[in-house]
Amino acid sequence: MKNNVNWGRVALIAIPFLWLFFLFLLPFGSVIKMSLSDMATARPPYTPVFNSEEGIIGLWTLISEFDLENYLLLTEDELYWRSYFSSLKIATLSTIFTLLIGFPIAYGMAKTPSQWRATLVMLIILPFWTSFLIRVYAWIGILKQEGLLNNALIYFGIIDQPLVILNTDIAVYIGIVYSYLPFMVLPLYATLEKIDYSLLEAALDLGCSQFKTFWVIVVPLALPGIIAGCFLVFIPAMGEFVIPDLLGGSSTLMIGKTLWGEFFNNRDWPVSSAVAVILLMLLIVPIVLFQKMQEKELKEQGQ
Amino acid sequence: MNAPKPAEPASDFAPWLDPAQAPLIRFENVTKKYGDFTAIDNLTLDIYEREFYSLLGPSGCGKTTLMRLLAGFEVPTKGRILISGEDISAIPPNKRPINMMFQSYALFPHMSVAQNIAFGLKQEGKSKREINARVDEMLSLVQLEPFANRKPQQLSGGQRQRVALARSLAKKPKLLLLDEPLGALDKKLREQTQFELVNLQEKLGMTFVIVTHDQEEAMTVSSRIAVMDLGKVKQVATPDIIYEQPNSRYVADFIGDVNFIEGAYIKQSISESDTKLQHFQSSSHGELVAQGEIELSADEKAWLALRPEKIEISKEKPGFTNNCIKGKVWDIAYVGNTSTYHVQLSDGTFIKAQRVNRNRLRKRRITWEDDVWLSWHSDAPVILTK
Repeated sequence: MKNNVNWGRVALIAIPFLWLFFLFLLPFGSVIKMSLSDMATARPPYTPVFNSEEGIIGLWTLISEFDLENYLLLTEDELYWRSYFSSLKIATLSTIFTLLIGFPIAYGMAKTPSQWRATLVMLIILPFWTSFLIRVYAWIGILKQEGLLNNALIYFGIIDQPLVILNTDIAVYIGIVYSYLPFMVLPLYATLEKIDYSLLEAALDLGCSQFKTFWVIVVPLALPGIIAGCFLVFIPAMGEFVIPDLLGGSSTLMIGKTLWGEFFNNRDWPVSSAVAVILLMLLIVPIVLFQKMQEKELKEQGQ
Repeated sequence: MNAPKPAEPASDFAPWLDPAQAPLIRFENVTKKYGDFTAIDNLTLDIYEREFYSLLGPSGCGKTTLMRLLAGFEVPTKGRILISGEDISAIPPNKRPINMMFQSYALFPHMSVAQNIAFGLKQEGKSKREINARVDEMLSLVQLEPFANRKPQQLSGGQRQRVALARSLAKKPKLLLLDEPLGALDKKLREQTQFELVNLQEKLGMTFVIVTHDQEEAMTVSSRIAVMDLGKVKQVATPDIIYEQPNSRYVADFIGDVNFIEGAYIKQSISESDTKLQHFQSSSHGELVAQGEIELSADEKAWLALRPEKIEISKEKPGFTNNCIKGKVWDIAYVGNTSTYHVQLSDGTFIKAQRVNRNRLRKRRITWEDDVWLSWHSDAPVILTK
């Protein structure tokens, strides 16, 4: 057992750790550092800046000048908490809509004869071949006043006046649900496909109605997929920037948009860094919950 | 677990012979088609109360479809299914007084053993106390009391099988369907469970219909066996009749080992003990004689079905001349308690003859390449025309 270090194994395990260290932890540390700094009209646009010539003393002066001013600002200006709250609301509702639309799709796919399933999964993934940005832009063409949707509705005589959808929260919901639907459908499909459908027959055989069988058998067994899908939609939707920017109106508040504004319009890197750190903290809670859930599921499967 | 009690001989139990008895289940000219494929072909059969009825056949013979028709998961294309005289074709599975034990057991993985057993009772809207009492009763019936709170994944295969059985029995169905109930168990456990099933069925006085492809299992548990092939029932009879008096080469071949000797009918004679003897001419084995009540015309083709254990094998020519064939031992299949001799005849065909190994193996007198005589009593073969 002495000096028996398997270097190949260490190297293999090290790769993801190094990846996370350099591409997540280090940049995140830099963001935290920036969030503790003050804005300055300089390049880079914040102080203090670490001067390597001063060595350890330089590091000390750097740390001594850090403060929580930016975080205090976030609590004082109601724009920020309203943005967080609005993001939370939009992300939650979008997740629910995505689940309501995605579940029947995934269930239908799981019940399709197996030779068709691969094709259906392919169709779900297919939109990814086109750039996300272009697909969101396409919705502008569909939703605008003289857009595809309004023209069609007027043509069929369902409405007289074009509906105002673009640049409202509705357009944001449509955009998010559309964009993140595959992330809901795929994990749902993966769990629904594994369900042994003789369980449904067994429930029916024991006197349970079709409708009740769905709730007492299918939904509990699909729960891991439902949770995974919801997190995969909720987490990115929470920080979404492109969709509210392109489809939403000026009144649509989302934290991603606020962050963008602070960074590029106000050039206030320290405050936008603080916004990003708080957003991450808010998201870590559901991520940790998600991981706990997965661990529990793995343990149960292991038995 | 208790040592299995021997099942009581049910010799006097034969409601199918009593014309006054009404069947519990009746299939009336039932046909089930999937597209062009006919799974059940114009099938008519009766199942009586308290029967342990086996559906036996190779995979694809329609036995599982028949069971699914009874459970209500399939609807007949043509014909009627009656239970106690009432047409149930239009009743959905959750409203039928029939429960099923699934081949995969289909235990709900997110529920404990007790919750699984309680599931059907809950659907009936019974009170908590009634449900708990019944669940305890079922748990003790299948001897799983200590496992009430376990999840199905935490049980062995045999325990899961008993949970599935308890769950399907909990509602006291008029009819219990068992789809290959012992298929997933190893041989020892399977044999033990077969006896337990029979005892349980007699104790509860319920009607069981079992689907199996294992002929030994069907022989052990059944009051009657229906041998099926290609959507049709070939023969319905008690296990001993199925074995001793099969009505076709298909049934004879499906149940146990059998030799067929083809022959052309010659004549009928009466023996000294006043039994009818039918004489056949076999192209390579001369004249063969078999007892039987069959009416055949001269030169009509028939087969003599001979079970290996009913054939004598000896090195010396037996004293009588009827039903004696000479051959050479080509192979011996030794399975411990018995040995099956594969004997090659002069025309190149093989006949299997079985002997009980009453003596030690080293005292075995007949071995490979030996010239032997095969002989049998005229009572041994069954004359088959199809």
